[in-house]
Amino acid sequence: MAEAETPVAPSPSAPPVRVYRHRLPTRVWHWVNAATLLILLMSGLMIFNAHPRLYWGEYGANFDRAWLVIGSTADAGYLRVGDWKVDTTGVLGRWTDADGAEKTWAFPGWATIPTSYSLADGRRWHLLFAWVLSIGLALYMLWTLIGGHLRKDLHVRRSEWSPRHIWRDVKDHARLRFPRGEAAARYGILQKLSYIGVIFVALPLMIATGLTMSPGMNAAWPWLLDIFGGRQSARSIHFITAFALVAFFLVHMAMVLLAGPVNELRSMITGWFRLPPEREERA
Amino acid sequence: MSEIMLPRRQWIARAGGLVAAAGAMPLLSGCDAINDAPAVRKILSMGEEMNRASQRALIDRHALAREFDRADLSPYFRPNGTRLPAGADYAAHAAAGFADWRVRVTGLVARPLSLSMADIRAMPQRTQITRHDCVEGWSAIGQWTGVQLSRILAAAGVQDRARYIVFRCADRLGDALYYESCDMVDARHPQTILAWALNDAVLPIANGAPLRLRIERQLGYKHAKYVNAIEAVASLDAIGAGNGGYWEDRIDYEWYAGI
Repeated sequence: MAEAETPVAPSPSAPPVRVYRHRLPTRVWHWVNAATLLILLMSGLMIFNAHPRLYWGEYGANFDRAWLVIGSTADAGYLRVGDWKVDTTGVLGRWTDADGAEKTWAFPGWATIPTSYSLADGRRWHLLFAWVLSIGLALYMLWTLIGGHLRKDLHVRRSEWSPRHIWRDVKDHARLRFPRGEAAARYGILQKLSYIGVIFVALPLMIATGLTMSPGMNAAWPWLLDIFGGRQSARSIHFITAFALVAFFLVHMAMVLLAGPVNELRSMITGWFRLPPEREERA
Repeated sequence: MSEIMLPRRQWIARAGGLVAAAGAMPLLSGCDAINDAPAVRKILSMGEEMNRASQRALIDRHALAREFDRADLSPYFRPNGTRLPAGADYAAHAAAGFADWRVRVTGLVARPLSLSMADIRAMPQRTQITRHDCVEGWSAIGQWTGVQLSRILAAAGVQDRARYIVFRCADRLGDALYYESCDMVDARHPQTILAWALNDAVLPIANGAPLRLRIERQLGYKHAKYVNAIEAVASLDAIGAGNGGYWEDRIDYEWYAGI
């Protein structure tokens, strides 16, 4: 990325400088992956609805202690995490569907695929699109290595690891002070860590914990159970990581909106990004 | 927690949920139309075939499900599905301690069999502590004792033409008696047993007495309970609606349940 058309430094009066920021594999993977993750999340919530309880360890069923429960009482819905319990009526555990009927499944119909309870259909969507995620991620990882994306754009340089540098990026983000000019064409340290975290940690973790829930895979690769501390622990980690990805998505959306949604969106479609002009120095 | 409920908050939450649901309604019904389209269902079912083919390629046919220690047992092994088969016939069997229970072995076999529980207990036994994984997501660990299905199939002389083993059950769910099936790889797997004991006690009725299947590399609904017939077949087409199992025929659960 970041090969400017002209070497001239942008200034507020000059026409905007465009840089080719995202290469085709990045753009294709980004959008395929965005759709895939949405389908996996919504079908995953349907699967969760079949047994809305999470455990640590190898086993866990209704008579065992769950660390997370989404449930319902006679007139309310609730979320319990450990000993902390919160009323979630209307959203989790007890909600009203599009026809006005009250339901007591954990996640509401607008958040699941399909909208009304079907574990079988949720699994069909989930287990097919898990292949799209896995194959897409494997190819993209390979491309980031071979195509130089990892080395040139995502690699965290030694100078960037300094606490002072990271802290400054945190402060800039908190003040919504985004890089301008040529600096906007490169990823900041927090961006690099987020993208590396998603591509090389969170998504592989989703796939590995997903496979750990498969009794067939447990026979083939029993060490999966040892890595994650058992099937029910893997299921818990799968759920937690899914919501970490949701959190990433929310921050990602906020940053895109704050940094200029048209320019950001266009760059992820066409590849071309307009550098925001440098701030005028106050005299 | 119902005591601390704030009625106003509850009302707001419900109204919010209703608005969200109403706003999303056209989109959602569109999603469900996609879910129900025959072409989409055909594409979705590709996932099962990919999972079956890749797992069969990846997993050694003799690779064992993990076996645990007694210390790992679930304090209570959750029963699921039928907990008490209906009907006077089963009740009479239960009252008699299943002394007259018979398991018929038929189909593509050289020697059809009719085995009593005493016959089954007289065969070499296998005991294994394994984890039971329900399709819903929960797991329970139990210790099972029974006879390897491969021994029964050998005693009956299963023909080479047989490609699947069908299990017939005594419990009626809705419109039909329960049934399941597996291919010969899982049928001959060393941990595939017909179990008559759970945790050193005679199998409880809720868990499938007097005899249930353990097919340890697949999900719970494959583990047929109350088994009274085993049939070797060349094709599943004539079994139920042709998808190989009770739930497979009714709500589209995958026949290959290794994931």
